Amino acid sequence: MKFKTFAAFVGPSVLIMLIFIAFPLISVFWQSFNLTQPIYKTIEVETCTPGFLTQTCTLETQTIPELDEHGEVITETTFVGLQSYRNVLELDRFWAAVSEGAWSKLQTIDFWKALRFTLMFTLVTLPLVVGTGLLIALCINNASRAIRGPVIFISLLPFVVTPVIGALSINWLFRGDGILTAFLEWWTAKDLALFAQAWTIELMMMFYRVWHVAPFAAIIFYAGLQTVNQDSLESAVIDGASRWQRLRLIIVPHLMPLIIFVTIIHLMDCYRAFEEIVGFSSQGYVISLQWLTYDFLVPDQAGNRSVSRASASAMLTMIGIAILLVPLLKRTWRDHRGTH
Amino acid sequence: MTARALQQPTSLKIASGSFLAIWSVIAAFPIFWITVMSFKSPVDAFDSNPLNVIFGPETVAKGNGLSLFDIVFGVVLIYFVIRLCMQRLPALVERHSPGGWLVLGWIIAAALAGVAVIFLFLGVFPVVSNVVNPLLGPLGTAVLGATTEHYYTVWFERGFANNFANSLIVTAGVVTVSLTVGTLAGYGLARSGSVLAFWLLIIALIFRALPHSVLVAGYLPVFISSSEWLAPILGENAPTLYGKPIAVIAVLVAINQPFTIWMLRSFFSNIPADLDEAARVDGCSHFKAFRLVIMPVMWPGVITTGLFSFLLAYNDFLVTSLLLDASNQTMVPAIAGMFNRETTTTDQVVAVAAAVSITAPLFLLVMVFQRQIVSGLTAGAVKG
Repeated sequence: MKFKTFAAFVGPSVLIMLIFIAFPLISVFWQSFNLTQPIYKTIEVETCTPGFLTQTCTLETQTIPELDEHGEVITETTFVGLQSYRNVLELDRFWAAVSEGAWSKLQTIDFWKALRFTLMFTLVTLPLVVGTGLLIALCINNASRAIRGPVIFISLLPFVVTPVIGALSINWLFRGDGILTAFLEWWTAKDLALFAQAWTIELMMMFYRVWHVAPFAAIIFYAGLQTVNQDSLESAVIDGASRWQRLRLIIVPHLMPLIIFVTIIHLMDCYRAFEEIVGFSSQGYVISLQWLTYDFLVPDQAGNRSVSRASASAMLTMIGIAILLVPLLKRTWRDHRGTH
Repeated sequence: MTARALQQPTSLKIASGSFLAIWSVIAAFPIFWITVMSFKSPVDAFDSNPLNVIFGPETVAKGNGLSLFDIVFGVVLIYFVIRLCMQRLPALVERHSPGGWLVLGWIIAAALAGVAVIFLFLGVFPVVSNVVNPLLGPLGTAVLGATTEHYYTVWFERGFANNFANSLIVTAGVVTVSLTVGTLAGYGLARSGSVLAFWLLIIALIFRALPHSVLVAGYLPVFISSSEWLAPILGENAPTLYGKPIAVIAVLVAINQPFTIWMLRSFFSNIPADLDEAARVDGCSHFKAFRLVIMPVMWPGVITTGLFSFLLAYNDFLVTSLLLDASNQTMVPAIAGMFNRETTTTDQVVAVAAAVSITAPLFLLVMVFQRQIVSGLTAGAVKG
């Protein structure tokens, strides 16, 4: 294919990605070093209230944003260097907490709290998703043809359901005297308040995430299981390999590329955990990195969005995902090179 | 020898079967349960006794219930509707839609079927049940509490119909644009094999990893001030992009693009290159070959990719909640808003009804397109 035709085919897509992905990246990078603020001026206002004989007048100074001739707020953008990063990271408080060795104090700083949760959430759910997915795939593969279809249909439901709604539906099962809380209370004979502390909320979130992603892993592994070499399985049986040995030495190595694929996708998606926070309305106890950025972007009571701080937090999130993914991508790259 | 040597002991079969059963219950239960809750009065919906939630005594006491006759009648109606849709509808659509407009025919047929179902269950069903129930005695008394009042509240009093329309606009826009652009790019990438194509795919993969909030942080200031910097080009009536569905469509298309081109590329790689090369030998240009030879055979791949684009646009919360203003809000951010200001249990059940309303189309989607979704999931992965 000539370059010109190739460009004509790929052009629109590349253009869209340039304008709406590459450009915002640059703009976020720039914003994280600059601060845009309205210009304020101080004025003296005399307010008078009618009184007997003379009016009572008070003089007070007010700070109001300066307006231009169209009545719009004039803003000014200044280069602040790493200030926004400092505001997000709060390094002085971080070091104070670290030098004291006070973990609980560290957990009062938003960014570190979010980082702790995001990392733990990602790393705990990863093996659970891969394990549950593999188990479901093996069992579906084991089942008779007639029930495979219905089971796959049911398994797809948690995967396609809107994440916020999925989280909400699990939330409703537990909220207050919800059905599952009542069941747990009956079972443990204790009075439970699942939404009163962070760790129970985190457990529910992890349950939600595994429920949501395990079907995806299961279907991919199930497809992989269809291509396992039957001859090597048979020779393993002749060599006297037990069921467990066959699984460990033949099936899992065969599925390894798929396991890595699921791992990469899961790391990408889980590191940007966000819908859980909304669905469980857990911002009082638990927040994630992407939620932190979101929170900076939502206008506060005065209607201001802290775009600069949001950009800094977004940049930090991106650095994190890069650190997590590089080893895996490197490995895939090496394998890719090896086969060609 | 293989069949017997690979045969499994009964214990293993039982274990694997029961695990599947447990998994199916876990997978379906939350969705099933909120569906049940949405039809009950608030007291029943949040009762701690599961039987009360299912049978809804409080709802029955308020005079909203189904009798045994209603249940049987309803099941028979549902059975016939499904049978008609499965057996008669495809033939009807094929007969009446002009060549090449099959997709449009299906859309119209689905819309008509939807209207017919709504008419059957909201129009015909209550009338018949009101006439027949008093005649049947014990069979006609209400046993199962069910009320549609929360759906009525959500759709007609809380303006959910408006949110639904917005969701439709955004989703339809995203699916159409991202498929049009993505199909061309996917075909180009699959047939090129140059170093440039390889690097484009790698960069797209990196873009796939970006948290969406990063991108939104980049857009927000630009979109809010867009009437200023667009003014030199568009003059006086340059739009403020913030709050407009068109801006959200563009953003979601871009977010979706890396995934779309990867998936479509793998589908196009499966179509033998000989096919369009033969057309080229006969004197077609690349575009003509694409239009005449590839387009007729690409639909399975395009439909599958379209499903995933649909899911992304329909399910999105972050982008739509930050970039749309209140009047253009889609369903998912709207429900989050409902849930935040919940005060009474009635409000909560109304939110549950909204949640079920959002889930219902997805349920239908899986029912109709299960094969395509599975093939889409595996196409990307197994090819690498």
